[in-house]
Amino acid sequence: MDLQIALLLGQDGLSNGAIYALLALALVLVFAVTRVIFIPQGEFVAFGALTLASLQAGRLPGTIWLVLALGTVIALVDGSRALRGRQFRRIPWIVLVNCGIPLLLAGVLFAVSAASLPLPVQVLLALMLVVPLGPMIYRLAYQPVAEASVLVLLIVSVAVHVTLIGIGLLFFGAEGSRTPAFTDVSFELGDTLLQGQTILVVVASVVLIVALYFFFERTIYGKALRATAMNRTGARLMGISGTLAGMLSFTLAASIGAFSGILISPITTIYYDSGFLIGLKGFVGAIIGGLASYPVAAAGAILVGLLESYSSFWASAFKEVIVFTLIIPVLLWRSLKTRHVEEE
Amino acid sequence: MSELDGEGEKTVVLEVRDLSVSYGKVDALHGIGLKVHRGEIVTVIGPNGAGKTTLLCALIGLLPVRGEIVYLGERQDAGRSVEKLVRQGMTLVPEKRELFAEMSVEDNLLLGAFDRYRAGHRDQLETMDDVFDIFPRLMERREQMAATLSGGERQMLAMGRALMAKPRLLLLDEPSLGLAPLVIREIFRTITQLKKLGVAILLVEQNARAALQVADYGYVLETGELSLEGPTRDLLTDPRVVESYLGLGGRH
Amino acid sequence: MRHPSHDTAFLLLFIAALAVAPLFLPEFYVTLLNYIGLYAIVALGLVMLTGVGGLTSFGQAAFVGLGAYTSAYLTTVHGVSPWLTLPAGLLVTAVVAGSLGLVTLRLSGHFLPLGTIAWGISLYYLFGNLNALGGHTGITGIPPLQLFDLEIRSGREFFYLIWVVLLVVVLATRNLLDSREGRAIRALRGGSLMAEAMGVNTPRAKIVIFTVAALYASVSGWLYAHLQRFVNPTPFSLTQGIEYLFMAVVGGVAHVWGAIVGAGLITILKQWLQDWLPTLLGQSGNFEVIVFGLLMIFVLHRARDGVWPIVMRLFPQSVSRVRVPAAELLARRPLPASGSLLLEVTDASKRFGGLVANDKVSFKVRAGEVMALIGPNGAGKTTMFNGISGVDPLSSGMVAFRGERIESLPARHIARLGMSRTFQHVRLLAGMSVIENVAIGAHLRGHKGFVAAACRADRAEEARLLHEAALQIERCGLADQMYEAAGSLPLGKQRIVEIARALAADPCLLLLDEPAAGLRYLEKQALADLLRRLRAEGIGILLVEHDMDFVMGLADRVVVMEFGRKLAAGLPEEIQRNPAVVDAYLGGVE
Repeated sequence: MDLQIALLLGQDGLSNGAIYALLALALVLVFAVTRVIFIPQGEFVAFGALTLASLQAGRLPGTIWLVLALGTVIALVDGSRALRGRQFRRIPWIVLVNCGIPLLLAGVLFAVSAASLPLPVQVLLALMLVVPLGPMIYRLAYQPVAEASVLVLLIVSVAVHVTLIGIGLLFFGAEGSRTPAFTDVSFELGDTLLQGQTILVVVASVVLIVALYFFFERTIYGKALRATAMNRTGARLMGISGTLAGMLSFTLAASIGAFSGILISPITTIYYDSGFLIGLKGFVGAIIGGLASYPVAAAGAILVGLLESYSSFWASAFKEVIVFTLIIPVLLWRSLKTRHVEEE
Repeated sequence: MSELDGEGEKTVVLEVRDLSVSYGKVDALHGIGLKVHRGEIVTVIGPNGAGKTTLLCALIGLLPVRGEIVYLGERQDAGRSVEKLVRQGMTLVPEKRELFAEMSVEDNLLLGAFDRYRAGHRDQLETMDDVFDIFPRLMERREQMAATLSGGERQMLAMGRALMAKPRLLLLDEPSLGLAPLVIREIFRTITQLKKLGVAILLVEQNARAALQVADYGYVLETGELSLEGPTRDLLTDPRVVESYLGLGGRH
Repeated sequence: MRHPSHDTAFLLLFIAALAVAPLFLPEFYVTLLNYIGLYAIVALGLVMLTGVGGLTSFGQAAFVGLGAYTSAYLTTVHGVSPWLTLPAGLLVTAVVAGSLGLVTLRLSGHFLPLGTIAWGISLYYLFGNLNALGGHTGITGIPPLQLFDLEIRSGREFFYLIWVVLLVVVLATRNLLDSREGRAIRALRGGSLMAEAMGVNTPRAKIVIFTVAALYASVSGWLYAHLQRFVNPTPFSLTQGIEYLFMAVVGGVAHVWGAIVGAGLITILKQWLQDWLPTLLGQSGNFEVIVFGLLMIFVLHRARDGVWPIVMRLFPQSVSRVRVPAAELLARRPLPASGSLLLEVTDASKRFGGLVANDKVSFKVRAGEVMALIGPNGAGKTTMFNGISGVDPLSSGMVAFRGERIESLPARHIARLGMSRTFQHVRLLAGMSVIENVAIGAHLRGHKGFVAAACRADRAEEARLLHEAALQIERCGLADQMYEAAGSLPLGKQRIVEIARALAADPCLLLLDEPAAGLRYLEKQALADLLRRLRAEGIGILLVEHDMDFVMGLADRVVVMEFGRKLAAGLPEEIQRNPAVVDAYLGGVE
């Protein structure tokens, strides 16, 4: 391997690592706040990328059907509960939020031809289609069992994951998609060509991480999420409900996932099931951080990106084996480091 | 601090009738009835394991109950929840304090006002100044992490955080737990001070003497049932209370 | 407890139905039943691992792959007989599972399933990328099984082999769970703290069930390889591993028969959906996963115990009180002479970060005395108990028990030396009967292991253990509740069950953490009488208690703690007159 190849691989690894880092942060956030190990995180990546690709290809993204369906189910569940509780005034509001907004979105999609819209608007539309799935899935799949053990929540996560994979196949087909690059700019660094798209991915990731930092450190809602992560009972007693914290963290996770998907779709071809492996690599990073430390998780994820990139050069067939086997020494190190004493 | 100024002194804030709580098939509380008026300190004393903490957790909505709870004149129904009760001004200072350990004193206090902020009241900074007036020690420690506070300061922070919600009913669970006698004295002095502000207080204590000294009315809870009640000046001299809770194996 | 003869009748009927099934079922259904059997063997491992032991694995498909690939490789490349590749596959699986278990089982709950996902994927990619294993195309030409002159080739012949293996595995698992080691495994769910304090080697128990579950999977893989006669990586992917867990959960993850029900339901549903969904949706693809995922979420929301308990509710349950038969008494430990030194704690300290929970506390307990440790809430009494019993070791200081230093020994070794304890927050297995809970206490007084239990060679010892448990329950006055679920007893009675469990260990020192809390007056009297009898027998008792009447009327000596330090020590009368103690307890406001 000469320097040029090393730099190229490094560039690749860094941009992938930046995406894994974003996902790792989302995973740590969701776990800390809700105790959910969010296996379907990767599906949001795939849905984000494929929804954008559908919009650009002038097809109606299947995601809109999912948003409409989930909205209707939530309206039915919440509405019937409100009926039983004789809280009739809440019903119009429930229907408006859960059915009205998705219908409005659908109307927009039918009315305009998305393919002709400028890129930023397409991206915004894609985010508006994918992000609501986060809180909706939380409401339907997780909230009814929010008090269950981590293991039950994990099995729910796996179930949500396989469901979304099937739905992804139904909506987007088995064909992969790649969106055109956001920018054609490139820079020369010595002999190496630095791709503008790569720089964009890294910069956008850094900006998002900084924004998240400010959200958690400076806003009362961010502090409320941190408080829930530290002490669930204490937070509830302050009126920070688990549902609110759950919805908020799933919205953030879905945004991060969809945004990551949109960022990498010009670099990699994304299939309906690509998200899972991408998400799991974020996981390896998150586990390096013990599912608790944001900076270590992000650093671990970048390490995973680099490791993957260089191992694809040395032993391309065993790339995945190497990355996922990495988790075992990490777990070993974690198990030596943490001594687990149950609460008396 | 209460927003109910101007109402009569003897308004009933909380009334509980025939309240039972069970864990699985086991009854932890049975047939509890009690009343708390505005500006009054009511205490529930009793031995460990009698169900005192269970009572408070049930009142604040952390546990499902059978029986009747009337809070601020409104009968609580099946839809009651911690969040709703907090919004209506009921606040619990739990036995374990439940502070946000890795956050500063200031942020802990700020989150005490979270629900008021959400409801549109943006007066958290003024409220915080009021809390600092009551607990000047918190002012000195405002930048410190909650985890680094001493036991007494933690209790002050827990109470200060609860006051940030401008409560109408404050539920205090064993504020003396694990504190040195001098600190206990300070905490209980503050509790009497709060009463003057018009907050109704339900105080659960194992330290019966201190609790009966600050409260107006008291109940004795034993193995999940109320066995005795009365004005505290009567309880302090009641031989059954003296023997079981005020003396150290009194009759020897 | 279900009536045993009902169980036997049900089992015989089931076997009879199985025996005749291939004779008149069409080929298609025989094949379906073959797959159900193969899957059920794997799901059964998950019942033991997840439903009983509380450990979750998504990676079982990889162990199926290990069994299948070992046999495929050895038979095709080296021409080894399939009957030899079975033990070879088991060996490979045991080594891999054992080492993975050593690494991952030490982790707290959720890291294990994540680990299983990771190596589930790793092994799948390894199968697909090793040239020796045929890469993604796999290995073909695997020889059929041969029993003497009979070649087991057809699905109908294989049917009998698969279901005989499955039934053997079912019976072995059932026997295992109903034994001394089985109780130890079930105790894992209640948290390893209690199990360790009763002498159970919890890391070993976890590794064993993890390995056994992997071995079940490996056997299934071996059968699969010789049924299909070719292997490729697809059936051993993570997706399949997830499906195995779904089967166990849908069927009823805590029930042996749930594995078969779950495997049957999922396999039939899959078959049906694969025919029906692509037509409905107008596309081809594995859309059945959508239904599986939704079904799984529904099961977890509404029927977390799975289908089997619901099925069982349809049948009338005859609850019979099988009396524990009288059996030979267990050998007892010779008790030290009354008055001799049992426990000596010297300068014991415990720090949690900056907080000093115990600060240089010293005291002694002698055989045949009740020593009480009292003090306000938060004084560090429970911390001291945890330090002495090895549950959460001291930061510094010395603890000697019967002349042996124990401060750095794990809890289970200390239990073996004759110290037994109860917990302040009751640690019983709520769904298990009182007698089974108490029998966990006698764990160290039995010796039969997993293999003996699986083939029922442990019955004589088991009878003695249960007899001992029954004796202790009677002694504590709970004979009427012996067969009730421990969780249905009032909290005060549950504390007494804890004492019975501690006594079943035949201790010479008993550590009781607030045994009288939540008891009514008469119950307290009965407890005090029991403790007095134990004292008279020569057992030493260390007691933490808040009820002063109870303590002062019972204890021979008292140590008072406050803020982690020893405040006073002496006879009960001295303590009651000690001004420092009076102040600590009665610190009023004015």
